Amino acid sequence: MNTSSSSLPGAVHTQKPYLEVRPDSSASKLPMTEKISVRNVNFFYGDYKALKDISLPIYDKKVTALIGPSGCGKSTLLRIFNRMYDLYPKQRAEGEIVFEGKNLLDPKQDLNLLRARIGMVFQKPTPFPMSIYDNIAFGIRLYEKVPKSELDDRVETALKRGALWDEVKDKLGQSGLGLSGGQQQRLCIARSIAVRPEVLLLDEPTSALDPIATAKVEELIYQLKSDYTICIVTHNMQQAARVADFTAFMYLGELIEFGETSQVFTKPTQTRTEDYITGRFG
Amino acid sequence: MALDTSLYARRRVTNQIVMLLAWAAAATGLVILALILFTLFYNGVAGVSIAVFTEMTPPPGSEPGGGLLNAIYGTLVMTIMGTAIGTPVGILAGTYMAEYGLGTRLATVVRFINDILLSAPSIVIGLFVYGIMVKGSGFSGWAGGVALSLLVLPVVVRTTEDMLRLVPNGLREAASALGSPRSHVIVKVAYRAAKAGMLTGILLAVARITGETAPLLFTALNNPNWSTDMNGAMANLPVVIFKFAGSPYENWRELAWTGALIVTMAVLVLNIGARMLSAQSKANS
Repeated sequence: MNTSSSSLPGAVHTQKPYLEVRPDSSASKLPMTEKISVRNVNFFYGDYKALKDISLPIYDKKVTALIGPSGCGKSTLLRIFNRMYDLYPKQRAEGEIVFEGKNLLDPKQDLNLLRARIGMVFQKPTPFPMSIYDNIAFGIRLYEKVPKSELDDRVETALKRGALWDEVKDKLGQSGLGLSGGQQQRLCIARSIAVRPEVLLLDEPTSALDPIATAKVEELIYQLKSDYTICIVTHNMQQAARVADFTAFMYLGELIEFGETSQVFTKPTQTRTEDYITGRFG
Repeated sequence: MALDTSLYARRRVTNQIVMLLAWAAAATGLVILALILFTLFYNGVAGVSIAVFTEMTPPPGSEPGGGLLNAIYGTLVMTIMGTAIGTPVGILAGTYMAEYGLGTRLATVVRFINDILLSAPSIVIGLFVYGIMVKGSGFSGWAGGVALSLLVLPVVVRTTEDMLRLVPNGLREAASALGSPRSHVIVKVAYRAAKAGMLTGILLAVARITGETAPLLFTALNNPNWSTDMNGAMANLPVVIFKFAGSPYENWRELAWTGALIVTMAVLVLNIGARMLSAQSKANS
């Protein structure tokens, strides 16, 4: 596994050499390992270059937020981590993304196994047209042959971790489509967790939700951090400030700044970052 | 500033005229349908008896009586066969076009050809099957079933493709993101989401072939006797209706009306079933 833990505790990996190390946050007190290392990644939609030479670490069991104005490439970057773009022709990535010591952009990488280990939750809730139980069991049944009683336990555990159990425990047989938007999104998070991934990618998971549902999902993210490496794309800067340990600010396909969230929001090193977080553009 | 109401008044008048025309058009359609059903009932209901479902088609010039059992049986068997051949092929082709081949040249070509097949006159289909299956080896139930399957095929291809394309891509992405292989995504998620629409398409295709005459005239032809031999000519309702309706015999014409009533009722039931299915799918999504 690739690590930067050899550097000082509290060290923040930054893309550009002129970014200083700022050991001023509690987020980085422990030695950190890089779960995913992005190295010089370029991404193309056909001929259009959407990501330009991106390098950043995604630290193990931390929340990393990708922020930036619409079209800056943050979702594009997130969708490279589980090779989601591979579903579509004419999209391709160059460079290296190291996960478990291997480059996951390698064409030989088995996509289904990769996606079972790097889960994803989308902007719009995507419950499958089946019962709540089957929604959760769907991913488990893909790779494991578990007896019914164990499957029941796994579904219950996942729904509890997804903070949805109390609301649905009496109607597991009902369609997942009948839940409210916020419940559907927590169902989707629970469904991803049920597969026991190591990394959870969240693509604007609360942008379709009302404030109360948003608060519940944010609370959930906070609790999941102890077991999962989380990478979240968000339009909402307050959300990034609330949930993320690290924040990457992207603009026009480039990574402008990466650092601890408190540093990026209070002492940004780049004027473009400062302009964005103070609302001067974006 | 005062509003100029003359423009608005003119729009109101236009609106009322167009409304009236639309209403009249709808009413015309409904009246014609009601007249057809009324005529069928008026002429056909009297002939409905147990004998219709237990006796064979009578020979020409016979005493009043006789039934349609052989024709009903033949229509059932050939409709089932046509559906059994046309549906799986159609679903596979539609799945290819909507899932694997989306945007490829092959899918575009297949879609174009399928649209031609969809609008091809059924008599041409009958002649085609006559050419490849009947000529030289004689009329047969198999040929009839194959001809009907060629009518089912394009309908199923089209509805399968359309319904799968209505399934949001987000659902496919979500299933893929859990690590499901493509085939699993299609079978377990996309088909499930598109199920009601696909079933509706199949039912409508079945409804269509139940009453088709032209493709059977050249393939299964007709058989006055009870026959379950698929290698020989086979009786069926549409051809019996066609033959009996134009005959000089009173009991034949009566049976033709009764047969027409049975076919129409069957089609009506299938259509209502399709309606209920699509209404159900709308309620679920």
